[in-house]
Amino acid sequence: MGEILYHFFVYPGLLFAGVIGGLLAWFDRKVTAQVQFRKGPPLLQPFYDFLKLLLVKETILPARGSRATFLIAPILGLFGATAAGTFILLPLFNINIGFEGDVMVIFYLLTIPSLTYIIGALASGNPLASVGASREMKLIISYELTFLLFFAAIVLKADQHMQMSQIIQMQAQSGPFISSLSGVLLFIVGVFCIQAKMGMVPFDQAEAETELSEGSFIEYSGTVYALVKLTRYIMLFILPALLVGFLISGFNLSGTGIIWAILKILAVVLLMTLIRNTNPRLKIKQAMRFFLIGMNGLAIVAIILTYLSL
Amino acid sequence: MGLKSFCLKKSLWVYHFAGASCNNCDIEILDVLTPRYDVERFGMQLVGSPRHADVILISGSINQRDKPRLKEVYHQASKPVFVVAFGACGCTGGVFAEGITFAGPVDQIVPVDAYIPGCPPKPEAMISGLSKLMQTI
Repeated sequence: MGEILYHFFVYPGLLFAGVIGGLLAWFDRKVTAQVQFRKGPPLLQPFYDFLKLLLVKETILPARGSRATFLIAPILGLFGATAAGTFILLPLFNINIGFEGDVMVIFYLLTIPSLTYIIGALASGNPLASVGASREMKLIISYELTFLLFFAAIVLKADQHMQMSQIIQMQAQSGPFISSLSGVLLFIVGVFCIQAKMGMVPFDQAEAETELSEGSFIEYSGTVYALVKLTRYIMLFILPALLVGFLISGFNLSGTGIIWAILKILAVVLLMTLIRNTNPRLKIKQAMRFFLIGMNGLAIVAIILTYLSL
Repeated sequence: MGLKSFCLKKSLWVYHFAGASCNNCDIEILDVLTPRYDVERFGMQLVGSPRHADVILISGSINQRDKPRLKEVYHQASKPVFVVAFGACGCTGGVFAEGITFAGPVDQIVPVDAYIPGCPPKPEAMISGLSKLMQTI
């Protein structure tokens, strides 16, 4: 029991993933600044933001709407992200091998943060937040099927083993999945899916700053908003880690392997940041069409290519 | 200096309230986000909701219609929040000070922590004002 709690709260769960995620959030902002020829924020900026919201700022509850739901939603989201992170990172860091079928558990746990954003936004009773929530809902409907097809294709490539550690082990034996044609297609699908899950441009319709002024999070302030921020930091670490584990043969934490592991994560985050900086926000209709037709088609092509063992 | 005030100082999120502005100040505010001035170096960023704001930046003169809205925004912001009166109109009323719809300079409506005069203030003046505000925290 003690070991489980340690894994959940300290390593590789809440604390570790939060700290690494904060550093990645800095990396994201720094690269954004460099793309725009700016200097960018200092290294510890995400932690200053988080601590300021957690310790200093006042938490305001909405006058109308359900206060309990409004407060509980970010906590549930944080626990969903942490649980998903623990299941992803335990096999990746070779701490234990997980269990048969943990891939599906990860898939379901990864939807919890987005769901709690919707619940919290609707509980706040703010019209802009409910517009954001409805857009988030449409976005989930469009990318979730694609994400499921992505998982299905990975499981198929790994000889139908539904266990994260076995997927990583297979890649260690026979080369990373991304070295095949279907692997490259799946990487493209995966990157766009986690882009949408993170709510990054071009899929930030739910929190569009300029039209909805933060959308789903408009009513959050103080401590609960700090939890939302922490959830996003954790997601920014575990989603690229999931992609690395599924397609780029995971981590090998011995000797120079650590540097390679860091470079793999940074490369995926860099790719996401560059997509975010070179694209405008899509309309929700365009985003749905992009996933339902474009990305689903690509994922199905990848599955067929996997059957042909390409 | 305590951890709390250090973190607050290092990450001031700015919410921009435009009163009856001629838009010149608003353009200058956007200037400080550009590569040449880049206030994100100090951890500042523009936010869209007063709930997230640490600094309310008020530009333009406040007329009878703006007054209740400004009070509302000030009460909506989560405390502690700092108010900065920006430009000649924000500080004193400027050329609108004797107009019939003018509802008083900003500091008679909400408490003001810093004044940045000018018509419009240069981006350097704004950075200087905000860094002086940071030193008082």
